[in-house]
Amino acid sequence: MTSMMPLVVEKAQVRRRGKVLIGPVNFTLRTLGFTIVMGPNGSGKTSLLRMLHGVVRLADGTVSWACDEISARAKQAFVFQNPVMLRRSVCDNLTYPLRIQNVPRKIANAEAERWAARIGLTQVLTRSAAVLSGGEKQKLALARALIRKPEVLFLDEPCASLDGRATREIETLLLQASADGTRIIMATHDMGQARRLGSEVLFILQGKLHEFSPAEVFFENPKTDAARAFLNGDIIE
Amino acid sequence: MSDILDGVMQGIWLLVTLDPELIEITLRSLRITVSALLIASAIALPLGALLAVKRFRFRRVVIAVMNALMGLPPVVVGLCVYIILSRSGPLGVLGLLFTPSAMVIAQVIIIVPLVASIAHQSLRDLWSEYHDLLISMNTSQWQRISTLLWDGRRALLTASLAGFGRAIGEVGAIMVVGGNIDHVTRVLTTAIALETGKGDFGLALGLGFVLIFMALSVNLAIHYLTRTEVEGRW
Amino acid sequence: MMKRLITFLGCFAVSATMVSADNMRMAVTTSFHNSGLSDSLLPAIEQDIGLKLDLLVVGTGQAIRLGKAGDVDAILVHSRSAEEAFVAAGYGTHRRNIMYNDFVFVGPKNDPAGIAVARTAQEALRKIADAEAVFVSRGDDSGTHNRERSLWGAIAANLDQKNGWYRSVGAGMGAALNTASGMNAYIMSDRASWLNFGNKGGLAMLYAGDPALFNQYAYLPVNPLLHRHVKTTQAKNLEAWLTSSRAKELINNYQIDGEKLFFFNAE
Repeated sequence: MTSMMPLVVEKAQVRRRGKVLIGPVNFTLRTLGFTIVMGPNGSGKTSLLRMLHGVVRLADGTVSWACDEISARAKQAFVFQNPVMLRRSVCDNLTYPLRIQNVPRKIANAEAERWAARIGLTQVLTRSAAVLSGGEKQKLALARALIRKPEVLFLDEPCASLDGRATREIETLLLQASADGTRIIMATHDMGQARRLGSEVLFILQGKLHEFSPAEVFFENPKTDAARAFLNGDIIE
Repeated sequence: MSDILDGVMQGIWLLVTLDPELIEITLRSLRITVSALLIASAIALPLGALLAVKRFRFRRVVIAVMNALMGLPPVVVGLCVYIILSRSGPLGVLGLLFTPSAMVIAQVIIIVPLVASIAHQSLRDLWSEYHDLLISMNTSQWQRISTLLWDGRRALLTASLAGFGRAIGEVGAIMVVGGNIDHVTRVLTTAIALETGKGDFGLALGLGFVLIFMALSVNLAIHYLTRTEVEGRW
Repeated sequence: MMKRLITFLGCFAVSATMVSADNMRMAVTTSFHNSGLSDSLLPAIEQDIGLKLDLLVVGTGQAIRLGKAGDVDAILVHSRSAEEAFVAAGYGTHRRNIMYNDFVFVGPKNDPAGIAVARTAQEALRKIADAEAVFVSRGDDSGTHNRERSLWGAIAANLDQKNGWYRSVGAGMGAALNTASGMNAYIMSDRASWLNFGNKGGLAMLYAGDPALFNQYAYLPVNPLLHRHVKTTQAKNLEAWLTSSRAKELINNYQIDGEKLFFFNAE
């Protein structure tokens, strides 16, 4: 499976301009699973993901992968809420992560074609990525993230602005990736999506970790009142 | 007003008859400016990209100085280069003074800040777009710079063309370091200065219109060759 | 496409820096060049002694400075005191008279200061000062400028007041003539530059002939002891040519609109 897991987080904290965005948090993510990060808007989900991915500086505490930091950086991928497209063709977007690791052009192109077929974008391989629809862009971003076969994949509310059909396509790809061994950590506030995909839930509220339970436990029998209210659909701060 | 009309007529006449002296100085103008532009771009474009992505202590100062240097008076640059290249100066042994090479050097110094500033600003905008993605993908500094340079190439072309415009019309520096020697370092702008000094406004304007016409042609050719403004491309 | 474009431009550009061999550099003044005499002398020089002469046309002050720095192999100027100082300080080996022309006074056709009837150059200038007519001076420490200042004599002390009629422009002969033409002002010019000038406007030549207005051109080779790289042989050959009967013929026969401009007087 993965040599990066388990991931141990101890007293980790991220601050910006004196304000605490997330933390201190303590938890351990095991080798297997599909982790959902849930919470209302502004609770710190994005900050948590970026913290785990290592792109923001820790104000305090540690985030420790099982392997060394250098290899850890190379084996992760991140899909942003608003997909970032390179100003290139669809094919070049897909091959970019491979090319920066010096994968020969022919092999990279073959992989790109394979993935394009999987996500249904074969027709537009040579067209500029800018002309794709929102759903297509996000599928492309996901394929671009998975093309390198990362061990860990982070996603920050990938389906937030997508329609039902695009959402379903993304979810199918995610489940396939998870089955293929990719450890997925995804933020979402779509309850249905969380139930469909998640094996465990990290519930974040006001920058603190309120609950960390297996999915069935969280949805059927949440431990905290805040979680209960959230699941109920109430507005909580 | 009749002077301007006379100038246009002279300019057209010079072009139509393909006056050999005109061709000689026009080609020399082009060669010197294109050389300067290539060298300056090789320095300024990566510099602009580096300043966009790398964070270091004095970055703001460096960017401010670079922007300010765009306003360097060319004749001052010319004087400094002259003093350095003069036989009595530190690099006199190279014997570069009053040759086209000296003119290229002076023009490079003049246009690097301009090209770098424009390149830096547009690459900075592009970097803010790509920042999260490229950091996430664990790219090296060099990979970030080359990705920005490639994806931002249209804006960089504009930066280079701005440098071309500045250089092709420059006269103060190249007059001092080139000496405006007939058949050696005389170019369009210095010839215009010379004819103006002789009071021959008609010919001076004529040469001026040739210069404008040439600059226009170069720009149109570049745009055509790189296929900008084609349907569906931004 | 981009790569091809860049390669093409690269090759094109490299050819820009090629420089030819066996030539000599001489700094000459704008007055000398604007007369057009160099255009008739240079081809003859190349033909007769196989020398490619590169002329740098600059003001007297800059010519002297280039000579001092050793950036040229010889200078041809017309400012006796500056020349003698140049040789005395060791920058030049000697000075050799080549030819002379004269200065003339140019002004608005209707001649408000009435200098056309003056008997001497100094009297003409005094009339201009009395009439407070606008006068353009080169103001650039050149041979022409220095001669002009010396002719003003006692009046010179009062010339630099602000908003006066005396306009010092700090420019070469052509540029100064342009300014005078634009202002319809009086100006002192060398005859050759005036005759060859293309923008006369409302100006005309009003006074000439006073021997005080004669203008001697001299050739000064740069001292090889100070600058070892100067082309001494070529400079000697050029000097021999400039003082030869061939040069005498070309110089004395040079005319603009039927008027002789230069008088050969090398010994």
